[in-house]
Amino acid sequence: MSHKAKTQNLKLRILNLVLYFLLIGFTLAVLYPIVNVFSISLRPGNRLLSTSLRIIPDGATFHAYKELFTQTQFLLWFWNSSIIAATVTVTGVALASTAGYAFSRFNFYGKKSAMVGLLVTQMFPPTMLLLPMYIMLLKLHLINSYLGIIVIYTSTALPFCVWQMKGYYDTIPFSLEESARIDGSTRWGAFTKIVLPLAAPALVITALFSFMTAWAEYVVAAQVLQDTSLFTLPLGLKQFEASMSTQWGLYAAGSLIISIPAVALFLFLSRWLISGLTLGSVKG
Amino acid sequence: MAFNRNKMTQPQERKTRFFDSESLSPNTFAYILMIPAAIVMFGVVVYPFFYNVVLSFSNMSLRHFRDWHLIGFRQYIEVFRGQVFYTVFLKTLVWTFVNIFFHVTIGVSLALVLNRKLFGKAALRTLLILPWAIPQVIVALTWRSMFNYEYGAINLFIARYLQMAPVEWLGKPLEAFSACIITNIWLGFPFMMTIALGGLQSIPQELYEAADIDGASAWQKFWSVTYPLLKPVMIPAITLGIIWTFNNVNIIWLVSNGGEPSDQTHILVSYVYKAAFNLYRYGYAAALSMVIFAILLIFSLVFLKRTKASEAAY
Repeated sequence: MSHKAKTQNLKLRILNLVLYFLLIGFTLAVLYPIVNVFSISLRPGNRLLSTSLRIIPDGATFHAYKELFTQTQFLLWFWNSSIIAATVTVTGVALASTAGYAFSRFNFYGKKSAMVGLLVTQMFPPTMLLLPMYIMLLKLHLINSYLGIIVIYTSTALPFCVWQMKGYYDTIPFSLEESARIDGSTRWGAFTKIVLPLAAPALVITALFSFMTAWAEYVVAAQVLQDTSLFTLPLGLKQFEASMSTQWGLYAAGSLIISIPAVALFLFLSRWLISGLTLGSVKG
Repeated sequence: MAFNRNKMTQPQERKTRFFDSESLSPNTFAYILMIPAAIVMFGVVVYPFFYNVVLSFSNMSLRHFRDWHLIGFRQYIEVFRGQVFYTVFLKTLVWTFVNIFFHVTIGVSLALVLNRKLFGKAALRTLLILPWAIPQVIVALTWRSMFNYEYGAINLFIARYLQMAPVEWLGKPLEAFSACIITNIWLGFPFMMTIALGGLQSIPQELYEAADIDGASAWQKFWSVTYPLLKPVMIPAITLGIIWTFNNVNIIWLVSNGGEPSDQTHILVSYVYKAAFNLYRYGYAAALSMVIFAILLIFSLVFLKRTKASEAAY
């Protein structure tokens, strides 16, 4: 090995080492809040307010988890959130996959303005639709009902999902449907049997995005759901957090349990996420 | 979109069946596919939007809930006359700029590192995405508890390892606003990292090989290959990021507990949220929502035109 190559090799090693430290530093910063919540969830009730920074606290116990399931309405809230999120996900996927297909494959009157219109809704401040919706729900006596909140969540997620689906359909060659139709397939058949399976990655992202919109949303739910038996998880958590000295452990245990489905789903789907999002942004 | 999508209009001999998608013209089929989404969008976006326009010209509030009437531009004048709007707007600009700056610099730097050959790369990438995966409400409430004066982890760290006096994070305006920004930087960089990583992976390796043959330095390679090819991927993401950050009620509302101390930490959206749902000033909140929307619309048009990303958006 020549001298020059050797110094270059050394330089590369030092660079890699520095980069490693950087990466690990960031990873620790990312992990610490999660570890912190975990450690609080293990604290025994009489040591909730402690100034110790130990990860496994003295007298660690799962008592908070037990209390959460047996003495609070947590399970009910979990059920409520699941119902809402599931409905929003199914509706979101159904609406976005069909509308996105229409936008991708057909030229029809008003197509361009509809696409731009969808984009423009992303610029609405959250209160712009929430306030009129809230007043409408008040007048229709739909406050404290799931119908109102499901509709609001679906429409929040829909514009992004339609764009996302349209962008992905654009990358699927049109010739596939043409040959299917020559083989005698109907338009609907070509769409559902040929295109939809190929668009699976985009469908997955649409589902994930809809689910995440609904699963742990606070700002809308806080206005629309006011009865504690209808609470979704974030509303319940906020209640625990508000009385930190007595319910900090419940808050910590609850937030870990709520995060687990979301994080698991997210990480499981993240490989499709990367390809889908960049395709979406490159192809629009 | 060079080729014609209307190839479906070519007449084909086929028996038409009742209610079959064949018997419909392609456009009718397209409209049918769109109807469900269109109904939902009309009911919960278009109609409320116009309702909001009407509200913004009305005096509706909790006191005038049933007997409201139109009062012209009075609410808009009210918005622009108050000193609060300008201070809050300024804070919103700071909030958006600082957040996006850190999201992009941290995100792109990490993506550049993760794009190299490194041991344990996949695991590190997964861990670094976590802040994006955790629901925002939980991120906000957790950071709020970590900023607690006496028992929060951050002050405990500061006292123990930096030997400094604890910071009153949630009790003072500037500190509380910084706390919100720190929280939002933490949760926002993985999005930019993910997009940048996808963009980097789509850059053909041959370009770097060609640059190597030409004897380009790492710095030159970055500016003449990576930067121009990453830019078109990042611009739409940054535009979206700016809009999302500008409109993010969650973090400010939950970290500062509704604008504490004494409404000093608001950005525009949290300020409207409070006006609407805590102070029940419906007409005023509707007018301010319209103003925020106008600001974002103008920004997006100018930004997209300047960066010429508008073609990429179609």
